[in-house]
Amino acid sequence: MALQITESCVNCWACVDVCPNDAIYQPDRDEAPHFLISADKCTECLGDHADPQCAAICPIEMAIVNELGEFLNPPGSLTGIPIEKLKEFGLWREAA
Amino acid sequence: MELPVISNNAPAAEGGGCSSSGCGSAPDALAHLPDHIRAKVQDHPCYSEQAHHYFARMHVAVAPACNIQCNYCNRKYDCSNESRPGVVSELLTPDQAIKKVLAVAAEIPQMTVLGIAGPGDPLANPGRTFDTFRQLSEKAPDIKLCVSTNGLSLPEHVDEIAKHNIDHVTITINCVDPEVGAKIYPWIYWQNKRIFGIEGAKILIEQQQKGLQMLTERGILVKVNSVLIPGINDQHLKEVSKIVKEKGAFLHNVMPLIAEAEHGTYYGIMGQPEPTQEMLQELQDACAGDMAMMRHCRQCRADAVGLLGEDRGDEFTMDKIDVMDIDYEAAMVRRKQVHDEIIDKLEAERGVAKPKPTDIPEGSRPVLMAVAGKNGLVAEHFGHAREFLIYEASPSGVRFISHRKTELYCGGMDACGDGDLVEAGGSESLLDRNIRILSGCEVVLCSKVGYEPWAKLEAAGIAPNGEHAMEPIEDAVMAVYKEIAATGKLLPQADSLKVA
Repeated sequence: MALQITESCVNCWACVDVCPNDAIYQPDRDEAPHFLISADKCTECLGDHADPQCAAICPIEMAIVNELGEFLNPPGSLTGIPIEKLKEFGLWREAA
Repeated sequence: MELPVISNNAPAAEGGGCSSSGCGSAPDALAHLPDHIRAKVQDHPCYSEQAHHYFARMHVAVAPACNIQCNYCNRKYDCSNESRPGVVSELLTPDQAIKKVLAVAAEIPQMTVLGIAGPGDPLANPGRTFDTFRQLSEKAPDIKLCVSTNGLSLPEHVDEIAKHNIDHVTITINCVDPEVGAKIYPWIYWQNKRIFGIEGAKILIEQQQKGLQMLTERGILVKVNSVLIPGINDQHLKEVSKIVKEKGAFLHNVMPLIAEAEHGTYYGIMGQPEPTQEMLQELQDACAGDMAMMRHCRQCRADAVGLLGEDRGDEFTMDKIDVMDIDYEAAMVRRKQVHDEIIDKLEAERGVAKPKPTDIPEGSRPVLMAVAGKNGLVAEHFGHAREFLIYEASPSGVRFISHRKTELYCGGMDACGDGDLVEAGGSESLLDRNIRILSGCEVVLCSKVGYEPWAKLEAAGIAPNGEHAMEPIEDAVMAVYKEIAATGKLLPQADSLKVA
């Protein structure tokens, strides 16, 4: 059981600092251009916090997904921008 | 503790990144302040309007993480062509930041101030932020340190701020009412939870006010920044100004909202209007009764380098710094010499008051004029001006009001490589835009004006004037004001006669 970071990530470091398991790392550029979550270390914060911390602080929608590929912060959930506006500006995606 | 305030007029100055001649503080502005506070602000370009002509600042982008969301910010955006807060080109580690600061301080001896301002919230990155401050206070004790914050984590870091000898803090306070706050801040990250809406805004506001009070109790100078958002907090900011002054903030900087659709912010996408120049000025004037207002802010990037109004960041990218050989001991000697010379000059200027103009009929109405200036002179071609300086001439003299940026620094999405976003709007020509931003001005002074802009300016009711090229700005503005006054057009009865 582990969360993953998608290519929407902007490398703002916020999740790195709040992860209770030190599971988030910056890989070599050729592996990925953004932070990754070590599947071995991630517990989805069970036992530590009510909410997974990376997803609780992440400012970017669609950047954190669970094992099913579901967005923990789906489009519009953080900014409050309505879905039709997101579509108009090409900012809408169904799933990872 | 309540700090005395500095006023808003400045002596004529020369040189520097700001093109105006006098952006504000009265000749004796800093003289009202107790010596220890005066010493703190006299060489700080962001706190003293007088100082910003001579002293430079830099920001190092070591603080990427943020703990709140603001509706005027988009964390995806970092465009090298654009100048606005929260934007950077290159994120630095604390060690890289130290190298960069020492290199800039050696190359630009008038750089006195190092700030950490983002691109996220510095206090949401306490490890990186305080590591940078700690190393700098050891290696470059002659550089003043300051920090900007949204205030959420401020109370828990006040002691650390005091310990590192950081004596200038800027808090962005956009509201004191959670209902207003909920329209500006969709969420905050607080005690391991994301908290939305009014509840989140309430916590943020409490933390900001608590932090402000804790800082001023410790004698740390606090400037408050507020973003003016029409229809959201425009009237409310008057109350904010009053409250932060009571709590001891010594300067209030009301900045206009930047909300272009292509930035991808909530306000940009939702079509939230930006304030007009008149709206901004009216609010600054309304708050000025309660509080010293900053009018020379250029809303710079979180990695800006140089005098306000210029950015020399490109000269100090990490690859360039890596090959520089810096002897900071030697640089400090040179820096001290340069600082002393500037301070002596400022001391000499203080107390030189401009005489009140004569031969202007009492009751003449004030006139706004825009100036394409450079180093305190009317020296720019109309089409080359990156900003216009707005002056008000009246029977009591010439007063700097504000600057108005002319061009869009961002070339749009194509230049930034973010192909996802569609550019919305923006068919207006640069010339039309530049004329529009001069609304309210009756004259524009510049060294030269082309034929096409000349005709368009006249059609817009703004008289182009190229007759005072290379003259000191304030003298030129006064000369033109006297010319208009001599025609009798500035007296109320003359206006009514004209209409009749």
